[in-house]
Amino acid sequence: MTAAIGARAVTVEDVFRREYGRCVATLIRFLGDIDAAEEAVQDAFTVATARWPSDGQPPNPGAWIVTTARNRAIDRLRRESVRDERHAQAHHLYGAAADAAGDSAVTPQEETVPDDRLRLIFTCCHPALNQPAQVALTLRLLGGLETPEIARAFMVPEATMAQRLVRAKRKIRNTRLPYRVPAAAELPARLKPVLAVLYLIFNEGYAATAGSLMRLDLCAEGIRLARVLAELMPGEPEAQGLLALFLLLHARSAARVAADGSLVQLAEQDRRLWDRTLTAEGQAIVRACVQGGRPGPYQIQAAISAVHSVAPTIDSTDWRAILTLYDQLYALTPTPVVALNRAVALAEVRGAAAGLAAVDELRCSALDTYYLFHASRADLLRRLGRTAEAAAAYATARALTANPVEQAFLDTRRADTIRTGKA
Amino acid sequence: MTQYLLALYMADGEKVPEEQTRRVWADVNALIDRMTDAGAYVFKSGLDGGGESATVVRPSGGDFVMTDGPYTETKEHLAGFWIVNAADLDEALEWAKLAALAEQRPIEVRPFFGGDLDDAIQANEPDPQ
Repeated sequence: MTAAIGARAVTVEDVFRREYGRCVATLIRFLGDIDAAEEAVQDAFTVATARWPSDGQPPNPGAWIVTTARNRAIDRLRRESVRDERHAQAHHLYGAAADAAGDSAVTPQEETVPDDRLRLIFTCCHPALNQPAQVALTLRLLGGLETPEIARAFMVPEATMAQRLVRAKRKIRNTRLPYRVPAAAELPARLKPVLAVLYLIFNEGYAATAGSLMRLDLCAEGIRLARVLAELMPGEPEAQGLLALFLLLHARSAARVAADGSLVQLAEQDRRLWDRTLTAEGQAIVRACVQGGRPGPYQIQAAISAVHSVAPTIDSTDWRAILTLYDQLYALTPTPVVALNRAVALAEVRGAAAGLAAVDELRCSALDTYYLFHASRADLLRRLGRTAEAAAAYATARALTANPVEQAFLDTRRADTIRTGKA
Repeated sequence: MTQYLLALYMADGEKVPEEQTRRVWADVNALIDRMTDAGAYVFKSGLDGGGESATVVRPSGGDFVMTDGPYTETKEHLAGFWIVNAADLDEALEWAKLAALAEQRPIEVRPFFGGDLDDAIQANEPDPQ
């Protein structure tokens, strides 16, 4: 379900995708309960589907949905008056601002406090929830995706994903997990899991490109959510950096996959296929981040992508700048994967032998099962003419990835290496 | 206000040097004072003995069966717990961080059940589907 907003009329479905998160966020604050909020918003969209085609779409569809959902929820509460007490109790869960049955005079404008989605983001990505639950909740509640879509995207059975969501929502309710934006002092720690969840959503889509047609476009979803976060937190450079990183990576998607579905590495990509609008937007954010002077891991990764994006060819890439950025990134996040990427950049600045020495120095149990470690080693060995070792490293890498596109790529590389080696 | 259980676990057979016990004792007492001042303190105690001090009693055919040892066979045992008042999970987690520092152990945070009979029935019902 891609929101193709062009010449044709904006459909209820388009409004659903665009407004669902905002509406649910507002209704959660109003009702103090996630399930009740989802139910009310679904009800309102059902009414919209029935009425809009004949009555026409209201000028502000999102506000219409919120008002209708709130009215439906109030009706429900009145009908089930026996349960009023219990709902009043549920209300306390989040210290929700509005009084459910009382203030029907609240206007839609007053209701859509811009912070609502931000509260929802922090609740979905609360550190008391495990990461798969955080991801599922974020896509369900903020992205408005249906459970089967999320299940397909993460290749888990639908029942498993449904259970995951039920459990997470139950934990939120039972533990009284608050519905609020963390105070400034807690913000850096609480922002981390939020950024990690969005990164995981985007990366799942990015790594799986062309892996399966059944998979939802998680890259687009990740960008959409990152955009919301960046808009809601204009003063958080890492939120901006994350959006810039996604835009710059996503700009390359058309060049990343060949006509036959095979993977094209950065070095071999036809850079004329890179999306200029996305690239320009990403570059502009990176420039603003650099001026802001509060660097962080996502901003630096975005800056690395930005350096690639200005090079018309792989040979004209400013590898020195990239190496410096990897040094900065490693200083902030000293992980083996960052060290590996740094070593690859080093090979471009000081030659394949220096790169290989740096890669071999990193050999550790964490990297030994990482296919890119062996793939990078293989590339460097090939460049040094050490054909047999290169072929062996490609084979090791291939055994470590489950993605058919990556497997095919490594098979081709290995075959090419052996052929040129013999010639 | 909800009450939360802050439970602390200890490895079976784990021994703690005197110096550490003294420090934990002092830090825990200081935290009790702090919680009391904040109106959060309800109860705190350690449990005597490890898993071997536990006895499980279960009804069986009009009689009872006693088993020696803890209910679950694990390498850790419940070593003590706190009960605190907190407005929400975040507040409980803040106390848990301080308790974890004072006790020098991981702390498991659990909300007490605050519902009525209807809620209890609902909570124990099998999931729909």
